[in-house]
Amino acid sequence: MLPALRALSDPLLDRNPVTVHVLGICSALAVTTSVSTALTLSIALTLVLGIAAGIISLIRRHIPSSIRIIVQITIIASLVIVADQILQAFAYEMSQHLSVFVSLIATNCIVLGRTEAFALHNPPRASMLDGLGNGAGYSLVLLIVASIRELFGAGTLLGTQILPLIAEGGWYQPMRLMLLAPSAFIILGLLIWLVRSLRPIQREAREFAPIASPRPVQP
Amino acid sequence: MIDLFTRSIFEDNLALTFFLGMCTYLAVSKRIETALGVGIALIFVQTLSVPLNHLLHAHLLSPGALAAIGLPDTDLGFMRLLTFIGVVAGLVQVLEMVLDRFLPALHGALGIYLPLLAINCAIIGGSLFMAERQYDLAESAVFGLGTGIGWALAIVTLAAIRERLRYANVPSGLEGLGLAFIVTGLMSMAFSAFAGIRLP
Repeated sequence: MLPALRALSDPLLDRNPVTVHVLGICSALAVTTSVSTALTLSIALTLVLGIAAGIISLIRRHIPSSIRIIVQITIIASLVIVADQILQAFAYEMSQHLSVFVSLIATNCIVLGRTEAFALHNPPRASMLDGLGNGAGYSLVLLIVASIRELFGAGTLLGTQILPLIAEGGWYQPMRLMLLAPSAFIILGLLIWLVRSLRPIQREAREFAPIASPRPVQP
Repeated sequence: MIDLFTRSIFEDNLALTFFLGMCTYLAVSKRIETALGVGIALIFVQTLSVPLNHLLHAHLLSPGALAAIGLPDTDLGFMRLLTFIGVVAGLVQVLEMVLDRFLPALHGALGIYLPLLAINCAIIGGSLFMAERQYDLAESAVFGLGTGIGWALAIVTLAAIRERLRYANVPSGLEGLGLAFIVTGLMSMAFSAFAGIRLP
């Protein structure tokens, strides 16, 4: 596979930032109650990550290493402010739904993690691809969780009715729990289990191996 | 005030309801001692940073705040995020120096956790919520203390559960991160049971 394509596709499953490293779950799960909010936040995060990686990589030789964190945070926060202002100008209702979570992209560990680990040491094109790839891997997780929650919580996907509700003469009784916080944690936990079963290399080593169970005692 | 305090601990718990500070929450919840250290450091920083950010937000950034120096129409609201991040990062740095100078024992215990909190989303998120919900100074102090305690409570509880889970025989692939998420989900359900409680 082409190396550029590889930088984009690897973070989707094999090196997914969410399931392999515990990067960037901060705050983002809060927007997974519906697909449209999750999609908006995913696009914003992917663009911010890609552009930030590009800019930081361009000036990487001029950043003194003692103040590199503060430089990176300033660049990222400025981009996030731009994204927030654009949302407020062109999609005001959506920005009201997302409330503080657009601003919190700035403190999302995934952005700082990728710029710190990759963009500081690599040329701009590779860094941008890496940023976009990681953003896409992250968006994938977010969208899967959001689709499950919206479909079972409200019977809709992106606002269109998929499962007819009992209240409107259909057969589906929506699970209200899906729209509350606990379900997001549990769905993500199960998702990580699934990915790690498919890709055993991502598993964490057990700290204590269980002792082989003793033979059942004969009465 | 008491109502706001209990609500910010349980119902508006930053970790379990708003998913804030999740990275730190999952990364340092393997041992109770470290979890306690981070928790106390976060209460400290949160209690100081929310009121401080409130002062800056009310007297410098909100629309019309600069009327005294002849700029009645200026609205610096868009600078909110950058200001909060700067304040928190600076506060953590200053706090570290002050602790090192005057309370070396406490610095020894919390020192390594303070820098971790400089870009923790729970702290920035707390300040952003304060600005969005337009709390006054006293309310934001109570909100900061309450959310700090709530977050610390959540991480210490998770650490305690995870210390026991290390000996459990869980399905392969689920150990570590996957199980931590499911446990957090169950804890979040338990915390949401406090949601309807209203104190006078």
